[in-house]
Amino acid sequence: MTSPTLGPKLNRRTLVKGAAALGALQVTSPFLIQARGETPIRIGMVDPLTGVYAAPAGNEVMGAKLAAEQINAKGGILGRPVELLVEDSANDVGTGVQKARKLIERDQVSFVIGDVNPGIAAAISQVTSEKKVLHVVSGGHTDSITGKDCKWNVFRVCNTTRMEANSVSNVLFTKYGKKWHFITPDYAFGHTLYDACTDNLKKLGGTVTGNELTPLGTADFAAYLIKARAANPDVLILLVQGSDMINCLKQVVQFGLNKQVHVAGTQQELESLAGLPPEARIGVWMFEWYWKQPGVPGVEKFVADIRKVNNGNVPTARHWFGYVSAMSFALVANREKTLDAVKLATALENFELPDDVKLQPNKVYYRKGDHQLMTSAFVGEAQSKGKDDPEDLYRVDEVIPGDKTAPPVAETGCSVQWPS
Amino acid sequence: MSAQQSRKLIVLVAIWAVLLLAPYWMAPLGGYTALATRVLVLGLAAMSLNFLLGFTGVLSFGHAAWFGLGAYGAGLTLKYLALSTPLAVLAGMLLGGLCGAILGTLIVRRRGVYFAMVTIAFGQVFYYIAFQWSSLTGGDDGLRGFARQPIDFGFVKLDILTQDKAFYYFVLFCFALAVGAMAFILRSPFGRTMIAIRENERRARFLGIPIERHIWIAFTLSCFFMGFAGALYALVNNFADPRGLHYSQSGDFVMMAVMGGMRSFWGPLLGAAVFVVLQDYLSSITVNWMSFVGLLFVLVVLFFPRGLLGFFQRSRA
Amino acid sequence: MTLLLLFNITNGLIVGAFYVLMALGLSLILNLSNVINFAHGGFLVIGGYIAYAISPYVGFWGALLLAPPLTAIIGLAVERVLIRPLYGRDPLYSLLLTFGLAFMIEDGTRFIFGPQGKPFAIPPFLAQPLSNDLFFITGYRLFMVVMVFVAIALLFLLLRYTRLGIRIRAGTLDLETVAALGINVRMLRSLNFAVGIFLAGLSGVLAAGQLGLEPTMGTGLLMPSFIAIIVGGIGSLPGTLAGGLLIGVASGVTAVFFPAASEAVIYVMMAVILLIRPRGLFGEEGMMS
Repeated sequence: MTSPTLGPKLNRRTLVKGAAALGALQVTSPFLIQARGETPIRIGMVDPLTGVYAAPAGNEVMGAKLAAEQINAKGGILGRPVELLVEDSANDVGTGVQKARKLIERDQVSFVIGDVNPGIAAAISQVTSEKKVLHVVSGGHTDSITGKDCKWNVFRVCNTTRMEANSVSNVLFTKYGKKWHFITPDYAFGHTLYDACTDNLKKLGGTVTGNELTPLGTADFAAYLIKARAANPDVLILLVQGSDMINCLKQVVQFGLNKQVHVAGTQQELESLAGLPPEARIGVWMFEWYWKQPGVPGVEKFVADIRKVNNGNVPTARHWFGYVSAMSFALVANREKTLDAVKLATALENFELPDDVKLQPNKVYYRKGDHQLMTSAFVGEAQSKGKDDPEDLYRVDEVIPGDKTAPPVAETGCSVQWPS
Repeated sequence: MSAQQSRKLIVLVAIWAVLLLAPYWMAPLGGYTALATRVLVLGLAAMSLNFLLGFTGVLSFGHAAWFGLGAYGAGLTLKYLALSTPLAVLAGMLLGGLCGAILGTLIVRRRGVYFAMVTIAFGQVFYYIAFQWSSLTGGDDGLRGFARQPIDFGFVKLDILTQDKAFYYFVLFCFALAVGAMAFILRSPFGRTMIAIRENERRARFLGIPIERHIWIAFTLSCFFMGFAGALYALVNNFADPRGLHYSQSGDFVMMAVMGGMRSFWGPLLGAAVFVVLQDYLSSITVNWMSFVGLLFVLVVLFFPRGLLGFFQRSRA
Repeated sequence: MTLLLLFNITNGLIVGAFYVLMALGLSLILNLSNVINFAHGGFLVIGGYIAYAISPYVGFWGALLLAPPLTAIIGLAVERVLIRPLYGRDPLYSLLLTFGLAFMIEDGTRFIFGPQGKPFAIPPFLAQPLSNDLFFITGYRLFMVVMVFVAIALLFLLLRYTRLGIRIRAGTLDLETVAALGINVRMLRSLNFAVGIFLAGLSGVLAAGQLGLEPTMGTGLLMPSFIAIIVGGIGSLPGTLAGGLLIGVASGVTAVFFPAASEAVIYVMMAVILLIRPRGLFGEEGMMS
C-alpha cells in the first residue's frame, strides 16, 4: 500500500516557517514579493485511510495524487506547484475535524477535499466554512451536504441518494416488476435511499412488500432474506454497501434466491464486485462512474495512468472522485486567476468540466443552486467476468446525465448563504 | 516550607505556566491551538479515569461510555433545548454522571477481570444505543447541527465559536475547575480511604470501611468528571458520535493513564499529550500509524508499566 | 409465522455455534491465565488470511487442516514473548497489551494484503442449499456447525482424557497447588494459550469461507464472545457453550420481531443475567473476583 503523503514532514514544517518568515519580510522589503511565486499551493485531503472505508478512501487519494501530478506537469496553479497533503481521519469525527483544522491552520491549505464518511464530511464542512476555505466533498453521500446543510464553500462530486434512486427506478419497474422488497442499512444514508426509491415506486404505481432494516456491519443476512423470500416480491432491492453488500449478495446467491427473484439495487461499486466470488456478481445497479467506456475521450489515458500506480488494476469511481475534486480546484483557480475562496466558489457554480476531466459522454457541471455535480449514472448489470477483460465486471446499458436524475433545486432544501 | 513542598509548588507553577502559554509556544514547534485544546479535553478524560483506576485501583475498561454520554448530553442540549454553552456542559456532565451512578450499583460487587469485562460490555450497550437510536442521536452519522455558543458575560462576549484561542482558554478554565475538584477530593479523608482500598482491600474491610459504598462513590464521581470531559469534547468538534463511546476509545484513555503514570495526579495529562501528539504526527506521515500506536501500547506495558512519570520518579529515587 | 420462527431459531443456532467456537478459546485463556485476550479477533483474522494464502497450494481442505495449527504456533510465540511477562501482574496490563496487539494485527494484515475484501473459495458442493424450503441452510453452514461440534468434541476429549487437559482443568481451579505438585506451569499456560488460539484460527478459516476476508473482520465477533462467557458463567466451559448458543438463538428470534434490536438483545441478556444471577448460568460462586 503506497504511502499517501508527499514529501517528508520536516520539509513541510520548514516550508511553513520559511513562508512565515518570507511573509514577515514582505512587510519590510517589497522587492521580495517575487520570491512568493515559489511557495507551493497546498490541497488538503482528509479521508479514512484506516478502518472500514479504507479501500475506497485509498482509491480516492490515488485519483487526487494523479491529478496533482498532472496539474504540476502543466505548470501548477497560477504558476505555483501544487502539493497534496493527505491526512487520515481514521473514520473518527474528532480526528477528522482536528486534521481539517491542522491542514487549514498549520499547513495553510487553500483547498480541502474529504471525507468518504458522510458524517465526517459534514463535520469538516463546518470547519471549512468557518475558515472560509473552498471544500469539495469527493465521496461522502449524505444528501444534506448539497441539501439542507449546503454551504457556499462546499461542493460535492458523488451522487445524492435521490439521483441514484431516480436513475434505476424506471428500468427496474418496467423490466422486472412492480413489487419490491428492500434490504436497507439502518443509518441515514440507507433511510434516505429507501425513501427516494419508494417515492419513485409509488409514482410508478408499484408496491413495497417490505423493508428489512439491517444494522451496519451485519454479517449474517439469513433472517432478513428468509422474511424477504416469504413476502414473494418481484424485485429484491439491496441498498446495503461495502462489506454488507458483499455478504448479502453472497448469501442471496448461496440461498438460491436469485433464481426466484430479480436482484437489484442502487449504488454498486467495482470494489464490492471484485470482492465477490464470480457466481455472486449479479444484479441490476447503477455505478457512479465506470472504467470501460470505449470511444469516450480521455478515459483510456486515465485508465492507463491509474493502472500504473494501482498494481495494474483499473480505476474505480472512487479514483475518479478524487481526480475530479483536485482537478476542479486547479481548473477554476487557473481560469479566474485568484485563490480567493468566495470568488472561486462563485466561479464553480455552473462550471462545466472539460472532456479529459469529466471522462463520460454527457455534459457534467456543478449546479448553481445546490453545488452538486451533475454527473451521469451508469445503469447496467453485473457480470461474473468480462469478455475481454478480467476486470470488466459490469455491463453498462445506459448512461443517464446528472441533470436528468437529480431532483430540481427547490426539492433539495438547499439555499446557499453567502458570507456578507 | 520544606524542600519537598516548595519543589511541588514549583512543579505546579511550571505546569500551569506551560498550559497557560500553550497557544504561543506550540505554533513555532509545528503545533496548532486546536491540538492543544484536544490534548486538554482528552487529558481531562484520562485523569477522570485515573481517579478510579490509579487512585482506587478499580479496573474500568468501558469508561468511554460516560465520556460519550457527556458529549451527547451537551450536543442534544445545544440542539434541542437551549443555545447555552454552560448549560450544555452541565447537562453533559449530569448525563454521564447519573448513568454511571445507576449502573455502578449493579457492578460494584465484582472485581478484577470480571469487573473489567462487565464495564466493557456496558460501554458497548451505550455505543449500541447511540448507534441505533438514530432518530435522536443521528446514528452512525452522529449528532450534528449544533455548535458551541459564544458566552455572554454581560460586559464582554467570549467568542468561543470562531476564536481558537478564546476557546482554548475557556476549556482550560473548565479543566482547572475539574482538576481542582479532583485534587480537593483526593486530599480529603474520602480520598485517603480510596487509596487505602487500593493498597489493601481486605485490610480496609477489616478496618470497617464500607468498601462497596466507597467504590460506588468513587465510580460515580469519576463518571461525572468523564461526562464533563465528554461535554467539552462535543464543543471541540461541534459534533457527537457513537465512536466516542466505543471500547477502543476506552482503551485509548487507559493507555494515556498508564503511559503517563497511573500513580501520579498529572501523569494522565502527560500521557494524553504524548498520545495525541504522537498519533497526530504519525498519522500524517504514514498510513500504518495504527501499527505504531499498537506497538507503543505493547512496549509501554512490557517496559514502562509505571508510565513516564513513574519512570522519572524511580530514576530520581 | 411459526415457520418463520423455526427458520430463525435454526439460523440462530448456526450463528450461535460460531460464537461458541470463538468464546471457548477466549474462555480457556481467561480461566487458566486470567488474561482477557483482546487480540482474539486478531488471531481469527490471522487464521483466515493464512488459509487464504496457502489455499492456492493445498486447496480448501488443506487450508482448513493447516491454518489453525499454524495460527496456534504464532499464538505460542506471542504468548512466550509478550504475554508471559505479564502473569502475576494486574490484569489491566494484559488487557492493554492484547488491545495494542489487536491494532497491530489489523494494520499488519491491511499492510500485507491491502484493505480490499478478498473472496475465499469454498468447495462448490458445499455452496448449495439443502432443499428449496430449507434454503437458508446451505451445505457450508451445516458444515460449519459440524466442524464446531467436532472441535468441541475434540476439546472435551483433550480436557477429559489427556494429561494436558487434566492439568489445565486442575490449574483453572488451583494453579498454586498444581505448581507445588511439580508441574511446569509455564509450559501449561503456553499450551493452553495455543489451544485457545487454535480455536480462533479455526474460526478464522470457517469465517473466511462464509464472509470472505477483511482486515477488520475480527472485531465484530469479539463482543458476542465476551457476552457468551458472561452469560454462561466465567470459569465454566459448558456455560460458554450454552451462552453462545443462547445468544445466537436470542438474536435470531429477535430478528423476526424487532430486527433493529437483534444485536442489542444480547447485551440486554447480559444485563439481565448480571442482575438476577451474577455468576452466570453455569458459573460457580467465587469465580467473580
